[in-house]
Amino acid sequence: MAHDHDGHHHHHDGEGQEPPSDMALRVKALETLLVDKGLVDPAALDAIIDTYEHKVGPRNGARVVARAWSDPAYKARLMADATAAIAELDYEGRQGEHMVVVENTPEVHNLVVCTLCSCYPWPVLGLPPVWYKSAPYRSRAVIDPRGVMAEFGTTVPDDIEIRVWDSTAEVRYLVLPERPAGTEGLDEAALAELVTRDGMIGVRRL
Amino acid sequence: MSGPDLAPEDLAALPRLPVDAEGPVFAEPWQAQAFAMAVQLHRAGAFTWTEWAAALADELKGANDDGSHYYEHWLKALEGLVTGRGLASHEALHDMKHAWEDAYRRTPHGKSVEL
Repeated sequence: MAHDHDGHHHHHDGEGQEPPSDMALRVKALETLLVDKGLVDPAALDAIIDTYEHKVGPRNGARVVARAWSDPAYKARLMADATAAIAELDYEGRQGEHMVVVENTPEVHNLVVCTLCSCYPWPVLGLPPVWYKSAPYRSRAVIDPRGVMAEFGTTVPDDIEIRVWDSTAEVRYLVLPERPAGTEGLDEAALAELVTRDGMIGVRRL
Repeated sequence: MSGPDLAPEDLAALPRLPVDAEGPVFAEPWQAQAFAMAVQLHRAGAFTWTEWAAALADELKGANDDGSHYYEHWLKALEGLVTGRGLASHEALHDMKHAWEDAYRRTPHGKSVEL
């Protein structure tokens, strides 16, 4: 759901949430009981987990982008059904949230946020960085995307439209950055090295 | 051990731990949470790292798989130690799991899920 500044609307309402997996629920139950007993400090747990933010999930986002840059047929499948196209690269056949890929072009730059909480496509990008979950990013990304991006050192020319995509319970977005100039000779593996997490969230340009 | 980083020898004591060149890797977020909880319980003195490594090894002994279920065994070993030492009961774990399941089903997106 792209935001226009005059038509900012959410699709966050409605039904309750689908519970996480059985394993995730067991972990949550264990954590709750241990925190209640004072045996585990939730802040200390978060500190450990944040250390591994880059170490969770197949993190195949860069491979997805590199494949899309190199293989027009793959890119067409990715734009038509991102969930299925991403699963092609995942040997474990993971199922996850419904994925939508939004493509940067010379006319449009895309930025991803979850304004109401911190939904994030962790299977492709790992765990969300702390700033993604922060209130300032979540509130300002929609109101002042250029200002937010400037804090990442990113300047988007005025003639490029910025579209902000607000994640929902059902849909997670991944930005397909533009292939950098001068990379014609690179193979997929070398291209994947150029793709950054921040580029796939949209706060930086490659 | 101090800070979130574990000493290499502590990690090396854990059989078949999935790692890359920099350390542990996780297929899903709950696995990192289960990992962090074992580290925290050890730091709180609930068990020694040697006891943890032994419990994990025991749980993995019967596991004949390619490693993709590693953290399922990890969680089972952790639950076993926790219940075995009377830190929480099987019943409490079971009830709490269902309480969370219900909480998710009644909570709309964007609202924090609370019991």
